[in-house]
Amino acid sequence: MDKYKSDIKPEKEDHHESRRDFLKTSSILTAIAVAPATVAKAAEYNLGEKISAAFETTPVNLTVNGVKKQLAVEPRSTLLDVLREQLDLTGTKKGCDYGQCGACTVHVNGQRVLSCLSLAVMQEGKQVTTIEGLAKGDELHPMQKAFIKHDGFQCGYCTPGQIMSGIACINEGHADSKEDIKEFMSGNICRCGAYPNIVKAIQEVKNGGQRS
Amino acid sequence: MNEAFFDKKEYKPLDRVDGRLKVTGAAKYSAEYALPNMAYGVLVGSRIAKGTIKSIDSKAAERAPGVLAVISHLNVIKIPGYAARGVHPSEPPTGGQPLRVFYDNKVYSNDQPIAIVVATSLEKAQYGASLVKVQYDQQEHQTDFEANAKNAVIAAAAKKNPKSPTADYDRGQTDAFETAPFRIEAEYVLPTEMHNPMELQAITAHWEADDRLTIYDKVQGTKTTQKTFAKEWDVPEQNVKVIATFVGGAFGNGLHSWPHESAAIIAAKQVKRPVKVVLTREQMFTMVGYRPRTWQKIQMGAAKDGKLVAINHHSIGQTSTYEEFTETTLMQTRMMYASPNVSTRYRLLPLNVATPIWMRGPGEATGAFALESAMDEMAHAIGMDPIEFRLANYTETDPDKNMPWSTKYMRECYEEGKKRIGWENRKLKPGSVRDGEWLVGYGMGTGTFGANRGPATVKAELDLEGNLVMHCAITDIGPGTATAMVQVASNTTGIAPEKITFHLGSSEFPNAGLQGGSSTVNSVGPAVQAACNALKEQLITMAAAKSGPDFGAAKPDDIMFEKGEIQLSGKSSAKLKLSDLFKQNNIQKIEATQESKPSENGKKYSMNAFSMHFAMVHVHPFTGQVRVKKIVCCADAGTIVSPKTAESQMIGGATGGIGMALTEDAVMDHRFGRYVTKDFGDYHVPVHADVPDIDVYFVNKPDLLADPVGSKGLGEIAIIGVAPAIANAVFNATGKRVRHLPITPDKLLGL
Ligand code: FES
Ligand code: FES
Repeated sequence: MDKYKSDIKPEKEDHHESRRDFLKTSSILTAIAVAPATVAKAAEYNLGEKISAAFETTPVNLTVNGVKKQLAVEPRSTLLDVLREQLDLTGTKKGCDYGQCGACTVHVNGQRVLSCLSLAVMQEGKQVTTIEGLAKGDELHPMQKAFIKHDGFQCGYCTPGQIMSGIACINEGHADSKEDIKEFMSGNICRCGAYPNIVKAIQEVKNGGQRS
Repeated sequence: MNEAFFDKKEYKPLDRVDGRLKVTGAAKYSAEYALPNMAYGVLVGSRIAKGTIKSIDSKAAERAPGVLAVISHLNVIKIPGYAARGVHPSEPPTGGQPLRVFYDNKVYSNDQPIAIVVATSLEKAQYGASLVKVQYDQQEHQTDFEANAKNAVIAAAAKKNPKSPTADYDRGQTDAFETAPFRIEAEYVLPTEMHNPMELQAITAHWEADDRLTIYDKVQGTKTTQKTFAKEWDVPEQNVKVIATFVGGAFGNGLHSWPHESAAIIAAKQVKRPVKVVLTREQMFTMVGYRPRTWQKIQMGAAKDGKLVAINHHSIGQTSTYEEFTETTLMQTRMMYASPNVSTRYRLLPLNVATPIWMRGPGEATGAFALESAMDEMAHAIGMDPIEFRLANYTETDPDKNMPWSTKYMRECYEEGKKRIGWENRKLKPGSVRDGEWLVGYGMGTGTFGANRGPATVKAELDLEGNLVMHCAITDIGPGTATAMVQVASNTTGIAPEKITFHLGSSEFPNAGLQGGSSTVNSVGPAVQAACNALKEQLITMAAAKSGPDFGAAKPDDIMFEKGEIQLSGKSSAKLKLSDLFKQNNIQKIEATQESKPSENGKKYSMNAFSMHFAMVHVHPFTGQVRVKKIVCCADAGTIVSPKTAESQMIGGATGGIGMALTEDAVMDHRFGRYVTKDFGDYHVPVHADVPDIDVYFVNKPDLLADPVGSKGLGEIAIIGVAPAIANAVFNATGKRVRHLPITPDKLLGL
């Protein structure tokens, strides 16, 4: 938790202040833009959207699955929504948006993070790995293979989160026993109930050594 | 009857054919189609449970950046299908009037969608929705089940049809209970439970033309959904395309069309852009159905030798005021045991809540909790082992329908389950086994569900490389439908699974019903077989014309494909290269579309799948904490087509049963008629740490009277009987009978 806090740099907070003014200004602008006479034109060129997009976003640089991205995001956008809606990386799932299910788990600088509880603007300069970034070309990550082998899923919706968490669980040293795995994977809910098979997959990767 | 399917091969468990897509994040669910110019819709829910909307102030929302529209009953366009519906048309399978979103100013339940804010981004739509201000004329609501139970009514369906499964039922003497030597009488309560699939309900609606709609929708039936929305918009069915390639769990809540779907489609029409609506987790509790709170009372009478004398089983299930939702809660009581006297009474209690919908195992799982708990109570009262007691009442025919079973192999389940759970360690006297400071208990419960089958059509194409590609409109909410169908096709044709593809989840594909009621493998499987056999017949004709009499007399069962060759069984010399045959006939591929329908056997046989679940639990005597240490699930489900995915399905059902038994409880604050449990923090579903090893046993004997694949269905029986097995184990551990689920520690304090 402390580590997490230290990531927030003071200048970001200043930015939050100016952000408030921005909001006011941009809503006025939008209000003008949607006045009846201009509606048709604005709609034609998507002007309203473009103007507001320019005013309301903040630049952020991050590396996603090894690729540098220069993004313009709304400060209120979560990393999860930016991944899914802006970058079309829909492998990371939204199961609750409240930090209670683990479906949105990604790795940020190698650690598992709930992307629904992380604002995208706070990831400046960080390395984000999503489920789409695990395989090396056609070669699946050992955890992905183990999930297929042990049928560690049914509907597959919790699966990306389980896999990202499972890899982290081993790296954290929390996979020494079945009981440990179950405890440290309990933040990842699987309503289909694939738990025993997920545990088997993690155990196998742990025992076989994993490439991180 | 084609016995060959089952006998032909040793089953090599297949890995899930879509596994790679699921572990790489490439599988696309309903909210994951990026359409050009897409907008986002966020629903505004009512803050009252009953009344009317006085006014909606949407000015601030409309002025907010990026907001394209705020749509409510005040400004909604005309929806042709709304007017066409009567006040209370009885639309099977449920009566009443499905909620027409934005139809008028009436509020029927708390958080009913009353407006949708559409904006250019999700965040903007969320912010916009927060600005909508609504005034109501509130009326007094009734949401408290217990306070209103006296107002329960007989189902309209039962009034109309005395043969309806919800109608009053009497077999033998109605007063036999009164004079039985051993009598128990008990009330059981199952709280409202939420499906809560991990994927939030989502739809992306896109009007490709004024009268042509495409929806990417989280549903369990693409064809039924197509019909619903074609009717709602008065357009030809083929103009509505429903895509549900991947469904992130559903457990029943994709069996109904819900207001948020209509809202997204309306919004897309009104803003003339594709609109995506994803419910919040909180809205998953209020907008897409639930397992209804159900009160049950059982009176059971038995003789000293353990023979049942009578069972009287009453139940009251909750429904909404605008739609009559019924389920077959009491069917198991009528047919599971050989009781000469059985009476059942099913009643409904309409409250100011949203409509429930079948949740895994539906009514049978609810009914089984009461029946199988009562069986355990009676065994205890007589002083008999619960398994011996059940065996004393084993029926070789269906006592309700008075027909033989198509197949029933429950004796195998009793034997195998007993062995695997370690039943010999169970003591008759509760509270007499300990492991350290923990109390140890063993319990079991049985389940059954109809081997339901509907019509289904599959199109199969075979190319000269020997690739088999099939299409069917069926969905896969998780059990692994494509995997099972690839297995059926491979067994029918001999083609290696890697060369077979099964496409599903689109209304553009040949007809199939809903994925629900454990009916997929036994409905679609036979259609796969039929289509494959039709392909074989074409090949035989082609082969006979070219290669002489050997193939001329062949039947589909006589030939198999191996390594791109057609092989006549028993004659290793009679083979033909597929590619040669295609080339000789100057064709690239052959195709066949076949429909398979239920046979008449259902009129002569009672066809059911059966399950038996065993639980071993530890209960902490001071804290009341219950830990499920082991579960054994036994299933008599006919042919197990795909052993690996079938096992996962059983494990999943058992996990759902753990939740039902120990944690799941949707709690409502009746002052507002609104759930206080509204996310995974309050509504507890089982997590990794709650789930022990689950040992699965399949009898795996085909039921060829049920369908040509021999499958009886698995999805429901996987959960039916699990909750009572755990409750019975808790009783065996503690001597305390909990009849009101879930069994939370407070109910076990003071041991
Ligand atoms: S979506 Fe982030 S924890 Fe559920
Ligand atoms: S596989 Fe469906 S929720 Fe885990």
